[in-house]
Amino acid sequence: MPREIDAIQKVGDLPIGFTAKPGSTLEFKTGDWRTLRPKLHRDKCTYCSFCYVFCPDGVYQDMGPQEKYYKPDLNYCKGCGVCAHQCPKQCIEMVLEEV
Amino acid sequence: MAKLVGMEVSLAVAEAARLCDTDVVAAYPITPQTHIVEHLSELVANGKLDAEYIPVESEQSAMSSCIGASAAGARTFTATSSQGLALMNEMIFIAPVLRTPIVLAIANRALSAPINIWNDHSDIMTIRDSGWISLFAENGQEALDLTILSFKIGEDPQVSLPVTMNIDGFTLSHFIEPIDIPSLESVRSFLPPWKPLVKLDVSDPISIGLLGTPESYTEARKATDNVLVASKTAVDKAFKEFKERFGREYKSVETYRTEDAETLLLTMGSISETAMTAVDEMRDKGVKAGLVRIRLWRPFPAEDLKEILVKAKNVAVIDRHIMMGAPVGPVGAEVFSILYNANPRPKVKNFVLGLGGRDVTRDDFHLIVEKAKSAPAQDIERYELVGVWE
Repeated sequence: MPREIDAIQKVGDLPIGFTAKPGSTLEFKTGDWRTLRPKLHRDKCTYCSFCYVFCPDGVYQDMGPQEKYYKPDLNYCKGCGVCAHQCPKQCIEMVLEEV
Repeated sequence: MAKLVGMEVSLAVAEAARLCDTDVVAAYPITPQTHIVEHLSELVANGKLDAEYIPVESEQSAMSSCIGASAAGARTFTATSSQGLALMNEMIFIAPVLRTPIVLAIANRALSAPINIWNDHSDIMTIRDSGWISLFAENGQEALDLTILSFKIGEDPQVSLPVTMNIDGFTLSHFIEPIDIPSLESVRSFLPPWKPLVKLDVSDPISIGLLGTPESYTEARKATDNVLVASKTAVDKAFKEFKERFGREYKSVETYRTEDAETLLLTMGSISETAMTAVDEMRDKGVKAGLVRIRLWRPFPAEDLKEILVKAKNVAVIDRHIMMGAPVGPVGAEVFSILYNANPRPKVKNFVLGLGGRDVTRDDFHLIVEKAKSAPAQDIERYELVGVWE
């Protein structure tokens, strides 16, 4: 039985020069690199936007003036903890990602 | 008869880059290549060449700039030697996969240590496996012609790969030779403006130089090797078209008096001229010697070479580099690999000489042919260093 090959594209199907269209990184989910996950304690959140501004990967999404908080997209959050470190109200807790 | 001009070979290479309407030159001086980029700098400063000349702070930056310029669609040229090529190495391996047809003239010089500015082939061998097309010139006319051909081959839409054009440092780069310099019009009609297959363009943006994860790296490397191997067809086509246009014929593998030869010398670069004289002398004495010269080092012309070598009894492969720790030199290794399954196959002996500028004389070739004839085949063949005091 032939071994299954972990390849995305055939040799002949790769784009010339190994290029990509802008925005294609969206298809590349990096959330599984994470060991720690941000857990929000929204009762303390003042909607200050520090997490949104400081996140190096831009995973926080503005939930708007009604909801008044920022929500991380866990498909891309690598668990670096910068948001938790920067949050002035300590309302982001980094918890161990358990499968 | 064309009008021949006496010119230093380095300057002829720079003139070739001018005739090719080079758009960008990013370069850093290093002996023995300096005269090439120095002359290009003059040509740009004097308005003889409408190019962007980037006097970078290192060879690593030179190659980085060249990759960026080529990715933006500019016809790009640079030159280097020895440690300069070593400093470029990080970027050298990137250009082929990005399919940027940069032309790099290398005035071949020994690598340190000990520090040495003279000629051998140790520098080019460090980028042997990088994916660049590699050509070797034997004399000044070839250096000019092969520079033009390097752009022609590299920019072929079936290829789109970078090309190194190698000339032996000092023994070729600094010699003044009679050279037929083609007209700008004739070169322009031979080499029309480059149409990139893919390029950086703000109206149709792309990302280049991407991460290749374990799920794509293998395929990306194989795709590059496929294009490099297939580029042999474009090389032969370009040589044919060049002959039709300019009258000078080039082949991937050149031969000299190989018909009925029992012992073949196999060389690359300018020592081949000395070897031809030695072959003439041997023929005069009744020794059936011949010369095979590799012009196209990468992609390795395996079929062309094998067809010639299998007809001989003995093959003496000359290397200008010690592949440290290996039984034979880099050219020797390729020859052994293409002949291993040949039947019948010649006896192959591998000789290393001319390191760090040590003179290679006709007597060396007489000695090598004698040794290749008389020395028995060994259980494991190892290179023999010619002209070493030990």
